[in-house]
Amino acid sequence: MSTAKTNNQTVSNGHRASLGPGVQAPDFTLRCTPDQSVSLSELRGRPVILAFYPADWSPVCGDQMTLYNEILDEFQEFEAELIGISVDGAWCHAAFAKQNKLHFPLLADFEPKGAVAHAYGVYDQKNGTSERALFVIDPAGIIHWSYVSPVGVNPGANGILSALEDLKARSETIAAPK
Amino acid sequence: MRARIPLTLPDPERDHIQGSADAPIKLLEYGDYECPFCADAHATVKEIQQQLGDDLLFAFRNFPLANIHPHAEHAAEAAEAAGDQGNFWAMHNLLFENQTAFDDDDLAAYASELNLDATRLMREVAAGVYAARIREDFKSGVRAGVNGTPTFFINGERYDGERDLRQMLRALTAQLS
Repeated sequence: MSTAKTNNQTVSNGHRASLGPGVQAPDFTLRCTPDQSVSLSELRGRPVILAFYPADWSPVCGDQMTLYNEILDEFQEFEAELIGISVDGAWCHAAFAKQNKLHFPLLADFEPKGAVAHAYGVYDQKNGTSERALFVIDPAGIIHWSYVSPVGVNPGANGILSALEDLKARSETIAAPK
Repeated sequence: MRARIPLTLPDPERDHIQGSADAPIKLLEYGDYECPFCADAHATVKEIQQQLGDDLLFAFRNFPLANIHPHAEHAAEAAEAAGDQGNFWAMHNLLFENQTAFDDDDLAAYASELNLDATRLMREVAAGVYAARIREDFKSGVRAGVNGTPTFFINGERYDGERDLRQMLRALTAQLS
């Protein structure tokens, strides 16, 4: 089990403070299917959206992953890669993704349980799941924007799209003076 | 995306609306014809409209979750196509009241039932004539903060309360005071 908890600042609700903008996004390698893995570092060069969520199989019509699945075109306009992460296992993710026809990877933060959520400061000790937390990581692997949603509230996608627009505008202003 | 339409308020020039554009309470729904929660909410909205009468402007925008609801897109297009023949709301009602029968043959039958030109309607549905408008609805919803269906906005504010008649009426009538 992770002992990282004691080394980090805690906030009043007992959760570690989540990582914020300007911080290097901790690398990880997690299963995306029962026999395949994905590393964050493989995705350098384009924006990455990390969407931590508590569990597969929450009610369907209001489900966050189902919503994002419908917005992939918008994310792709920014060449952004969307990744869902929960503590569910790879087989559970596979069934959930099939049922909901999800067209993006779900990573299993399963063993050691919630280790990546811990690293990002969004593990919910009380419920034994990750919180509902969003990170937009820039092409260099630095966190550009993050948001932790209140328990039970689907944060939607507007914050993600605003962060991606902001990243794009920034890269254009850097490129422009030449 | 640059917002060309108000994201959280009805636009009487553009949207399908019921009631007066000057009504003090403006209720905007983002919904999906194949979503069971939206069908439940449809009955509630009908009751709200009865009770609030001229005080309420209601508008509906499409938010089809097409991956989990394989018929939602065609249903939305059928409603828009009916709208182009002057009868959006009748089709809107029929769709929410017949959610389990959404094959193209069913949509054609609804068009006939409403005395619309069913051949034209189905041709437009098949060609995706209204797909861009539906996508515009959808995108405005995403930027408005829609996080599932149905999502309601009351005078521009997202309503996150329970969707039963009593709670919704309370939130709506609070706008009058």
